[in-house]
Amino acid sequence: MRGILIVSHSAKLAEGLHDLLQEIVSQVPIHYVGGLETGEIGTTYDRIMEAAEASPADELYVFYDLGSAKMNLEMVQETLDKTLILSPAAMVEGAFVAATLISANADNKAIEKQLKPLGIK
Amino acid sequence: MPLMPPLKRLRGKRMDLGLARQWMDAWFEQLNAQKSYLSELDNPIGDGDHGINMARGANAAKDALADKEIPDLNTLFKTIAMALLSKVGGASGPLYGSIFLAFAKASANHDTLDYAQILALLNAGKDALMSRGKAEVGEKTMVDVWVPFTEQFADHAPSKDDVDALVEATKPLKATKGRAAYLGDRSIGHIDPGSMSTGYLFKALLDVLDS
Repeated sequence: MRGILIVSHSAKLAEGLHDLLQEIVSQVPIHYVGGLETGEIGTTYDRIMEAAEASPADELYVFYDLGSAKMNLEMVQETLDKTLILSPAAMVEGAFVAATLISANADNKAIEKQLKPLGIK
Repeated sequence: MPLMPPLKRLRGKRMDLGLARQWMDAWFEQLNAQKSYLSELDNPIGDGDHGINMARGANAAKDALADKEIPDLNTLFKTIAMALLSKVGGASGPLYGSIFLAFAKASANHDTLDYAQILALLNAGKDALMSRGKAEVGEKTMVDVWVPFTEQFADHAPSKDDVDALVEATKPLKATKGRAAYLGDRSIGHIDPGSMSTGYLFKALLDVLDS
């Protein structure tokens, strides 16, 4: 099963994007993690790992906001027994495109193709 | 009795678990003491939280070490790595986390480390850092302290002044990696905060080796 994982430095950004996507596609598992457990701004390996594990999907399209999220994600990618596809796309637009296409049952090749012009990282 | 030259003095030293803990404790203490200064350095070229992040990580590592049995160097470094990974919150989390995981690997099955093995440990940390951050020398990151310091350590015993000079040398560099890269030329003239916290790590090492 394919799903979406949103990783942001901010809890509100992550939650907001999750709500936005859930409104459009209800059948795609969308998980998110934002900020630190204390509510402060940041990302950590542990919290990303937890969110990725919580998703029922075994293949996750991941959208993130800033550089340190990416490094933590890469560490999770190396240790977690799921496929994490780290997308360099702009977080909001990328997640929107992927969620819509997963929901329409498009294959990964089609998704990659649509995400490509949104790449900014 | 004439003073031994620093290289000979340091090279005779072995690092056992006690010395490694002293090294780490000294670093944690310095990260806490310099919390505001590190964040201040981070203000103009980052998001101003390097000090807060590193102090949070240092305290988490201290708590983790106090909570569990630390039988060897491998466990010491691994425990610190996991604490930094789970608590730092900024780019320094995965970077220092990767460095200490590499330290753990390099010290596995060793009760003590001689000078050459400490060098190997540092080199393993440097390699892990560079592969995680995908940074090279000259991009105004902590790599600019790690690479020359490990070279100096291989060549002669560096002094704390040498470390200060390496940290200071990040000032004129223009950032091309990390958050500071967005600032372009505006990053010139500021010391890189990650290089400063790395400087504390290396100075604490030289202190314990020279004690």
